[in-house]
Amino acid sequence: MNIFLAVLQRDLKLALRRRREVANPLVFFIIVVSLFPLGVSPDRELLSEIAPGVIWVTALLASLMSMDAIFRSDYDDGSLEQLLLLPGSKVLLVLAKVTAHWISIGLPLIIIAPVMALLLYFPAHAIVSLMVTLLISTPILSLLGAVGVALTLSLRTGGILSSLLILPFYIPVLIFSTMAISAATSNLPVMGYYALLGAFLIMSLILVPFAVVAALKVSHN
Amino acid sequence: MHFIHKYGSPNYFYQWSGTWLKILSALTLILMALGLYWALIISPPDYQQSETVRIMYIHVPSAWMSMFTYVVMASAGVVAMIWRIKVAEIVVAQSAIIGASFTLLALVTGMLWGKPMWGAYWVWDARLTSELVLLFLYVGVLAIYSAYEDPRTGAKAASILAIVGVINIPIIHYSVEWWNTLHQGPTVTKFDSPSAPLSMLTPLFIMFFAFKTYFFALLFARTRNALLSRERHTSWVQEILEK
Repeated sequence: MNIFLAVLQRDLKLALRRRREVANPLVFFIIVVSLFPLGVSPDRELLSEIAPGVIWVTALLASLMSMDAIFRSDYDDGSLEQLLLLPGSKVLLVLAKVTAHWISIGLPLIIIAPVMALLLYFPAHAIVSLMVTLLISTPILSLLGAVGVALTLSLRTGGILSSLLILPFYIPVLIFSTMAISAATSNLPVMGYYALLGAFLIMSLILVPFAVVAALKVSHN
Repeated sequence: MHFIHKYGSPNYFYQWSGTWLKILSALTLILMALGLYWALIISPPDYQQSETVRIMYIHVPSAWMSMFTYVVMASAGVVAMIWRIKVAEIVVAQSAIIGASFTLLALVTGMLWGKPMWGAYWVWDARLTSELVLLFLYVGVLAIYSAYEDPRTGAKAASILAIVGVINIPIIHYSVEWWNTLHQGPTVTKFDSPSAPLSMLTPLFIMFFAFKTYFFALLFARTRNALLSRERHTSWVQEILEK
């Protein structure tokens, strides 16, 4: 557990010192969402209908684009290798890095999402469901994204390749989340979708860190 | 686990796979000829779909093989990760190419069938979308494999991705299934009362086995070739070359 807390603290401190870098995905999210009314149409009906999809796809992309930061700088200056050489659980190390990444990128995204949803005329009574799905699902995105980054660390063209590898795995999250939101918009029960997302989160929490550790070992070869 | 190392040693693999390659190629030839003749000439046209139904004899086996190949690839990935068997690493890469081709074949034949039947080449139906996502997953495995200059590192990375993929595929499949379904339900796997007549099922199953033997023959042939080029500086390859 010590290694978890130590790495978590270190990564959060680093994120605080690189505030501008941390803010970039957020700005990206805001700009891309506001491009949709310009690109599609300012029509109220249409926008409120596509709002869940737009917000979710943009959140996926924003989270993917920021994923590279989770291991990149540590890999480049060699500190990741040192961390992996430490005695203790590598799985906890990975979980700590993912948690720190989620706190610095995922949480701000969840907080800003309702504002962006309202810009798209998203019905106010379904905002809670949007936030709940984001709250359950963004950790899954961070976990799965970490696999892609870990697999492509030693490559020069890592960024776009890791998105290509991981985006298909985001499909269930996207489907369950947007289905939950549209159920909430039409006042249908949503607990089933939350439960599915929760199950997916638990499964990812248990299994994905092992894949990340294996991938990091391949990258350090 | 001694046998894994024995059968996976490059030299010994090359020997035993040679015999199997011959048997499988012969079987493929016979089954494919029989199956195609039965499917294209003997079997009756469908009362609704008329002659278009014959696309099914290629489409359905390719779709089955596209999923089967992913499982083969992921299993080879497990062997490659645990026992570090070089042959298994090659099998991962080669089955990714073959699997992607089967998936593409299933998609293209499905589109050609869909145009006269559904009136559109493409609809966002659950099964079509699953198959498309499967193609993306294969492309990912191929992309990561070829991104590494060292094929062994590439194969390890591809193995990890394939293993993560094989756990995810059922989840992706059912999530997509929930999302939208228009595709006709399964007509073959309902074993108690298949909704297709025997005159169509028989050639379909022959084609299925033909595709399966074809897959393994192709996999063996490709793996043997890749193995020879990968191991070209070793003494056992030199010996074969001198013969």
